Amino acid sequence: MKLSGWGLYPKQEARVTAPRDEAALRDLIGEGRAIARGNGRAYGDSAISAENTIHTRRFARMISFDADTGVLVAEAGVLAADIISAFLPRGWFLPVTPGTKFVTLGGMIAADVHGKNHHKDGSFGQFVDWIEVMGPDGQITRCSAHENADLFEWTVGGMGLTGVILRAALRLRPVESGWIRQQLQPTADLNETMDVFEGAQEATYSVAWIDCLSQGAAQGRSLVMLGEHAKLDDLPKPRRKRPFETKNKRKLSVPFSPPAFCMNGWTVRAFNALYYWNGTRNAGEGLVDWDTYFYPLDAILNWNRIYGRRGFAQFQCVIPLETSRAGMAELLAAISEAGAGSFLAVLKRMGPQESRFSFPMEGYTLALDFPVNKRTLSLMDRLDEITLTHGGRFYLAKDARMRADTLRRSDPRVADFQTMRHDHNRQRAFTSAQSERLEL
Amino acid sequence: MTTRAVLILGARSDMALAIAHRFAKSGHPVQLAARNANTLEAERNDMALRYNVDVTLHDFDALATDSFAGFIDGLPVLPHIAVCAVGYMGEQEENEADLDAASQVLRSNFEGPALILAELANRFAARGAGTLVGISSVAGERGRATNYVYGSAKAGFTAFLSGLRNRLASEGVHVVTVLPGFVATKMTEDLDLPEKLTAQPEEVADAVERAVTGGKNVIYVRRIWQLVMAVIRNIPEGIFKKMKI
Repeated sequence: MKLSGWGLYPKQEARVTAPRDEAALRDLIGEGRAIARGNGRAYGDSAISAENTIHTRRFARMISFDADTGVLVAEAGVLAADIISAFLPRGWFLPVTPGTKFVTLGGMIAADVHGKNHHKDGSFGQFVDWIEVMGPDGQITRCSAHENADLFEWTVGGMGLTGVILRAALRLRPVESGWIRQQLQPTADLNETMDVFEGAQEATYSVAWIDCLSQGAAQGRSLVMLGEHAKLDDLPKPRRKRPFETKNKRKLSVPFSPPAFCMNGWTVRAFNALYYWNGTRNAGEGLVDWDTYFYPLDAILNWNRIYGRRGFAQFQCVIPLETSRAGMAELLAAISEAGAGSFLAVLKRMGPQESRFSFPMEGYTLALDFPVNKRTLSLMDRLDEITLTHGGRFYLAKDARMRADTLRRSDPRVADFQTMRHDHNRQRAFTSAQSERLEL
Repeated sequence: MTTRAVLILGARSDMALAIAHRFAKSGHPVQLAARNANTLEAERNDMALRYNVDVTLHDFDALATDSFAGFIDGLPVLPHIAVCAVGYMGEQEENEADLDAASQVLRSNFEGPALILAELANRFAARGAGTLVGISSVAGERGRATNYVYGSAKAGFTAFLSGLRNRLASEGVHVVTVLPGFVATKMTEDLDLPEKLTAQPEEVADAVERAVTGGKNVIYVRRIWQLVMAVIRNIPEGIFKKMKI
């Protein structure tokens, strides 16, 4: 069947199976060139293998939960959304969450996802106690920071290229309510935006929507959103009785792909200006439900169709702290010059992180999406170069088009990753379209 | 309302499990009944964790009709809703050649399901409340060369459900007949089914819950099946007998 990531680009023919048990999975891995696929929310081709894409939807059971420690053991195909709906009513939330709840536990580990609390709590892997992985020989190995630590460290952020993640233990975060105390702060330019981030290191959550088309003095104007889990006392009295109940939102849907010409510089510029203006009117503090705060785009089903049939590509890089200001200014200038802005550009301060192959490092990360065409593809090549010049690197869960040498130049860890893959017979057993493109 | 227990008979199938999830999600305690029920422990555990409800396992053999009364007595409580998803398609060619194989298909799809619901019907009627759900099949609407053994058993089951509904209507017990059409399950995994006509197990589950809460009598899961079967039922026999469908 035709398969693509969330960005609908690239699309390719792939054989997809959904084994029901470990024996069937073992046979499939034995055929080689296998890659696990969760809910298909990686943007590009991370979870596609033309010969052997293995869906994990039948490995989606919860196994145990310890109400004292908050440790959940579950199979890899369980969705973040399922974890929230099962455990938020009991006072627990995901310790780290990406911008959609329609991702699987296995996918979150493989991409070592980060959230709005990265500066404070680190990435998803920090909260994983152990993982069970089926390797090239079909053997299942349990690994953790103490047991088979090498395998654990490579698997967290390893993009499924060490084996198929079967099960994991995740430490959830205790919360007193399903509400977030949000503080919304408009900023006039990039410097002010970054100053706000630097001054908000103690905030649990911080993220900025950045107007990527504003130029000159207004370059980098943003809406910075800080957040804290609301405590019982923070809620208005009537809500305190049922602190985890937030109303179900109406779902909107993009029923089909609009023609690409609807998405041009003008519509995007108008949207960005409106969004910013609306934000300045709503500045200040307010209570927001968890779904609106963490997953605004999930409310629009199939929003990925909005860029048209040809799909879109995400660009996400992180630039180290020392060069962040210069690097971000240069990236924004290139984007605005090309007039190829995206609806939702996101800027975020990341905290320090040492890991074998994960994306995050201390600095600033910028994420944007572009409809795929010749012009935007060459713009993204240019953004790659700017990122490299400033010592930054790239998020593989978003990537659909980077060149192998770009990745190699951005990250000295790539060579170690290749050696690890080679030494453990993983190169032939596990491949994705992305790993082949990037020569991993 | 939501503390009413739901019994799922033939709980191992994809469709049955999807229905169990649906009711558990709405807060119902769930009783999963199947042969070798203990092998469903991972599913039981998953449901209990996800929805914070009681989920219990019960050994049940749809061919052991003598055991039915004892089986019901052994449940933690008499359920308010019972869903019979027992079914076995068999191989048509084998059913033609081997009478024992055919008999097993007939008994698994008609005798067993009908008798367990008959026993439950009497208990529900004595209580004066409850809902029985029978998963039958569009294959029962007209016998076809390719699966008439299975189809005729389902036809019997459909007629049985219809009669049961008629009898119990005045006694506070409701009967729902479900004719799912094609469903993407383990049973149909190797068949090449048309996408527009094929429902996911979760769709069936949603439809079943809606039918139970809304007091529906007969439901096709995808509307289009109503049309498809109306056409198939109305083809004159002289033409039908020469067709390959």
